[in-house]
Amino acid sequence: MRYAAPTTTDEALELLRSDPDSQVFAGATDLIPQIRAGRPEPSLLVDLKRIERLVAVSHDNGTWTVGAATPTSALTANAEFSSAFPGLSEASGLIGSDQIQNRSSWGGNLCNASPAADSAPALIVNDARAVIAGASGERTAAAADIVTGPGETSLAAGEFIIEFLLDDPPAGSSDAYLRLIPRTEMDIAVVGAAVQLTLDGDRVASAKVALGAVAPTVVRVPGAEAALAGSTLDDDTLAAVSAAASDACNPIDDKRGTIQYRRQVAGVLARRAAQIAAQRARSQPTQGNS
Amino acid sequence: MPRTHALRTQVQCTVNGDEVDFLCADETSLLNALRDELGLTGVKEGCGTGDCGACTILVDGKVNCACLMFAPEAEGSSILTVEGIAQGDELHPLQQTFLEGAALQCGVCTPGFLVAAKALLDENSDPTETEIRYALAGNLCRCTGYDKIIRAVQEAAVQLNGASK
Repeated sequence: MRYAAPTTTDEALELLRSDPDSQVFAGATDLIPQIRAGRPEPSLLVDLKRIERLVAVSHDNGTWTVGAATPTSALTANAEFSSAFPGLSEASGLIGSDQIQNRSSWGGNLCNASPAADSAPALIVNDARAVIAGASGERTAAAADIVTGPGETSLAAGEFIIEFLLDDPPAGSSDAYLRLIPRTEMDIAVVGAAVQLTLDGDRVASAKVALGAVAPTVVRVPGAEAALAGSTLDDDTLAAVSAAASDACNPIDDKRGTIQYRRQVAGVLARRAAQIAAQRARSQPTQGNS
Repeated sequence: MPRTHALRTQVQCTVNGDEVDFLCADETSLLNALRDELGLTGVKEGCGTGDCGACTILVDGKVNCACLMFAPEAEGSSILTVEGIAQGDELHPLQQTFLEGAALQCGVCTPGFLVAAKALLDENSDPTETEIRYALAGNLCRCTGYDKIIRAVQEAAVQLNGASK
């Protein structure tokens, strides 16, 4: 393998064009273990971390721009970001140990395309968009449209994500992410559940619910979103959220959990995440800051 | 994997305060470069996949697994390994409290624990037990158990705070 560390996106694109067997990477926290486990080595490794846009975080005119290779530790340590997106910050902080946190990134977590990627459901409920570099220029796609299956993405050969865009959350809104693992740290999600919702007084104006690790890709739960909209998060609503979340699952049986267990847990986590998001939203100003 | 060519890349960085440069094949892990090119065998390989933390080093002050870095990525960075923790012949308080508290048995995980604990104390001079346990969650020990390690970090924090007053 050869290693290259371009400092501009154009240079990176040229490297990718020059070698069809090239592979971009940010933290390599998935890539290196996969190569050690027998994945064929690429002939050219393109390290994206020396490109300024890939590791820059900014907040201007109501939009956050987060470089796709930004270490997740830089996001959890960013008080303004974590206050705006507490659930997304928590999800990002769950990717591995402190050692991993200094290398893991949204771009890597998403493009590795594990069904259990912790940041993916939280990015999706926050309507994150990915700015993608490619031979014919830049394009923007919803984060929800990047992963198409385990290990599979919609990115064309030679494309890579430069940065993610997130609009400021609407007034009176917040998010939450919960995951179940058998221990308290350092494991892969059995189920992950992300909820983003906006309150209008005591009622939920709108909500987004997404589940991880229960299907080949992250699944949105329209039934739970419809149940939440207009509700006061009463018991009947929360029961409907749980039922819809369990129904939306298409999980596998594996050593981390059975199909039945994953369905059950998805319902519980979706309900709890909705309650946490609502509690957080209530402490946000309901008008006047957007 | 057969190597298709014998190209070697020159890497310049700072390791334990010294400017160094070494040559390596591009796919070399930083772990292997530190051990084989620079003789820093305090950096241990446990799992090789970033789970155990035995190869924990500081890169620009941040904990990293040396097994999860390609050596050329170290270009221009400042690296600290366990060999750089002591001041000459004087052990770092963490090294002393690990010794006095018998916070090791086989010792393979110890360098990684020492580096991760130093990173914690550099950022948080008075951590709670919970903070210590979370900060060391990326380091696995299969023989001592964790309690003695936690106590040693707590004692080192007390000593460091006493020395700074």
